[in-house]
Amino acid sequence: MSATPGGLSKAQREALVDPLFNNNPIALQVLGICSALAVTTKMETAVVMSIALTVVLVGSNVVISLLRNYIPASIRIVVQLTVIASLVILTDQVLKAFVFDVSKQLSVFVGLIITNCIVMGRAEAYAMANGPFESMLDGIGNGLGYSLILIIVAFFRELLGGGKLFGIQLLPLVTEGGWYNPNGLMVLAPGAFFLIGCFIWALRAWKPDQIEAE
Amino acid sequence: MSQPSTGYTVAFAAGVCLVASVFVSGAAVSLKPMQEANKVLDRQKKVLVVAGLMEEGESITPDEIQKRFDDNIAARLVSLETGMVVESAENGQSAADYDQRKATKDPALSVEAPDNKAKVARKANIATVYCVKKANACDQHILPIEGKGLWSTLYGFLSVDSDANTIRGITFYEHAETPGLGGEIDNPGWKAKWVGRKVYDDKGHVAIHVKKGAAGDVKSDPYAVDGLSGATLTSNGVTYSVDFWLGEEGFETYLNNVKSGKVKG
Repeated sequence: MSATPGGLSKAQREALVDPLFNNNPIALQVLGICSALAVTTKMETAVVMSIALTVVLVGSNVVISLLRNYIPASIRIVVQLTVIASLVILTDQVLKAFVFDVSKQLSVFVGLIITNCIVMGRAEAYAMANGPFESMLDGIGNGLGYSLILIIVAFFRELLGGGKLFGIQLLPLVTEGGWYNPNGLMVLAPGAFFLIGCFIWALRAWKPDQIEAE
Repeated sequence: MSQPSTGYTVAFAAGVCLVASVFVSGAAVSLKPMQEANKVLDRQKKVLVVAGLMEEGESITPDEIQKRFDDNIAARLVSLETGMVVESAENGQSAADYDQRKATKDPALSVEAPDNKAKVARKANIATVYCVKKANACDQHILPIEGKGLWSTLYGFLSVDSDANTIRGITFYEHAETPGLGGEIDNPGWKAKWVGRKVYDDKGHVAIHVKKGAAGDVKSDPYAVDGLSGATLTSNGVTYSVDFWLGEEGFETYLNNVKSGKVKG
């Protein structure tokens, strides 16, 4: 599993790319749904949340991978949570200092990254058993997999729910003299459920091996 | 994995906690000034928005916000008991320095509030009211309000016209309600529904409230605002907060003084 000078080994490439489609944390592992529903009404919050989660995931994977041979098995979950919680608080503080408006919209959901199953799932399943570099790639991969879904969902929710993208009005609303009648369902949480469902459906139609045996 | 000794386990846990706490507190302390500046700026921005001097989501520089604020808004201190404007607060601070929310936590500067539905525990003796200046008179009175929503305390501003009855705007600058449900109190479309409605009915009681379902237009239904679907408790929190702060415990005396001319402008 050592890095070859010309690039990544096959296993490393898989750690990076697999979570995008083959083993997507939301679509296949069905983790992290809560925040995926809550922060995807707008592109802006979805993008910031994606970055925040990816940073935390990479950080926690690397730190836990570095510590993996020293962590006593009996308290490993506690140690993982301490590392994750610290990184999340750090991220939250940085967001509050630099992008105050967005951090206000994300409100509790940045803090809730602590309980996001993706982060702990990857720490326990991957970083505890692999080297720091592979764990970093795994963190980036899973972060991107999560981001991919969030951004797709947010794209449709903001566009169909408000006729906007990144706050810019693209479809003129009926209430403001235009022609587009916004779909209120998209703004509410069920809208995200439908979209994620459709995404999982499309993904499994494309890659039938993801369908669980009955 | 072989079982390490208890001593090692405890030492490891302590070490991890120590390192983590250094990072967390370091970040909290070093970023605090920026966060505080952001909060002040955000509050000024909300005052400008509720006064109609700035568009929601308009991107303007911090300097411009400061300038617009200084040019159009004058903060004044109001005694909640007498409803009169006072020169300085009990701790000698002027309107520019006084922090009502800090005072609310200071037993010397605040009193316990009587049992109320807004779940306001204490209230400061002196409140900061922002005046929107127009031809040397106070065209709008921007009153600070707060009260419990579903999850969090809602902090906001309510702007009342110089007639001391017509609402000119409402906004919340701090809350932690569920985004998409109670968080919709930030929705510009919903906030716009408040404009033009009346606070007090013919008998002088606070009548404005958030109702369940849709309210009529301003003329036919002057005391009601549409409820937020899926957020009944937050909607009730808003009703109770507005009721408390516009009632006799809040700014009713002040607004009466404005109407009768005892408070100038």
